[in-house]
Amino acid sequence: MIVVIDYGTANTQSIANMIKKAGGRAKVSSESADIECAEKLILPGVGAFDHGMSRLEELELLPTLHREVIDHGKPILGICLGMQLLTRGSEEGSREGLGWIDADTRRFDIENRDERLTVPHMGWNVARPRCRDDLFAGNDDLPRFYFVHSYHCVCDDESTVLATSLHGYEFVCAVRRGNVFGTQFHPEKSHRFGLRLLRNFVEAA
Amino acid sequence: MVPEEAVEEKVELDRTATRGDLRTPPGANAESLQELDDARRAMRRTRVIPCLLLRNHGFVKTVGFKNPTYLGDPVNIVKIFNDKEADELVILDITATPQGKGPNFDLLADIASECFMPLGYGGGVSTTEEIRKLFHLGFEKVVLNTAAFEKPDLVREAAELVGSQSVVVSIDCKHRAFRGVEVVTRCGKRRTKKSPVDAARAMVELGAGEILLNSVDRDGSMKGYDLDVIRNVSAAVNVPVVACGGAGSVADLASAVSDGGAAAVSAGSLFVFQGRHRAVLINMPSGDEFHEGGVR
Repeated sequence: MIVVIDYGTANTQSIANMIKKAGGRAKVSSESADIECAEKLILPGVGAFDHGMSRLEELELLPTLHREVIDHGKPILGICLGMQLLTRGSEEGSREGLGWIDADTRRFDIENRDERLTVPHMGWNVARPRCRDDLFAGNDDLPRFYFVHSYHCVCDDESTVLATSLHGYEFVCAVRRGNVFGTQFHPEKSHRFGLRLLRNFVEAA
Repeated sequence: MVPEEAVEEKVELDRTATRGDLRTPPGANAESLQELDDARRAMRRTRVIPCLLLRNHGFVKTVGFKNPTYLGDPVNIVKIFNDKEADELVILDITATPQGKGPNFDLLADIASECFMPLGYGGGVSTTEEIRKLFHLGFEKVVLNTAAFEKPDLVREAAELVGSQSVVVSIDCKHRAFRGVEVVTRCGKRRTKKSPVDAARAMVELGAGEILLNSVDRDGSMKGYDLDVIRNVSAAVNVPVVACGGAGSVADLASAVSDGGAAAVSAGSLFVFQGRHRAVLINMPSGDEFHEGGVR
């Protein structure tokens, strides 16, 4: 069972729908008990960084998440804001992030670079996997994904970078550190490319 | 891997540097940049968005906002567009507002469960609670039309709730003898006395992040988009304008972008009818066909 953590306005249901399509079982929940029972977790997210962290705190999920993910090594996939929350913090807010990925979240800095480029970066874009990680196994060499975001991660260590994309400059669009995964794009809205990625997450040991 | 000194320097920059110094991810190299740039250029950037009209429990296609032709079961049709890897879909319930109803959430949940692409919904949305519910079901764009004109605060509240990028205002245009083009609401039945340019500017000011520009006159005609209106509105606002109403060919889609300046294109008949007699057949050109037809 994969628990999609419900802590706000994120479109949890579309993630659950695609997990099912990928052959997994999904439950949308904000209960600590469900998070404890889950085999894997997905941390979705839409909206502002501080609001996301505050919601996790209000729901009293932070201790449970730390215990399950860090102490027990339960796999977790952060999507969009969910990936940003895995970092130490964001320029968007003042709160500390989960800090599980050695990275900071920064706003796109592309003013005056190309008038056709906008923030938020919204729409389909290609991603270039950096290494042969299981998360990108069996996908196209340059898979397409759907993005909606104004901020992106900047990693300290290249070994945590799974894939990059280009929007004005090259930015990190997928990360991994051990059992902690993150994608800036929305696999649940990215046709077969996203389905493949989520299936890999579902099937990963 | 980057040399060790570079990593050390990076850590140093993390504390002291301004944002600009941190733009490039560690290890970015010319080769990978080139590869990404080539792939991005090869990728079609103009979104092509099938627009599907919901009437009670089925999808229909209208002509001039009238005479609906039944197309089929919504879930089945959405599945086909899913298989064809449409960029995104927009679903408009054309009976909700006239019948004074809100969105049919049960049906929309079924549709969303089969839709693995960006999905917008419009029709009868008049409260932020309904918007919250739509997003929870898996929709990421809400399309406001009648409510945006009758209670404009909803556009602002929607933008605060889900972000401007997810708030689309649909502007339906109709030619009036001697009066130019006027914006209409309530499925084309109520006149607003506003010009499309003024209406679009006002909606963007309120927080709309995208304009779906539709034409009552061209709807279902397959005679091409109303390029003049598209050109004027696209030039007047700094958010994406999606051309809708009248597309009969891939060339029409291309001209909405090249001549009209639209950021994206939407069509109904083109993707649901086949041949002179308008036989119902869900069809969509492949990405390559769009590209060859000039939709880049």
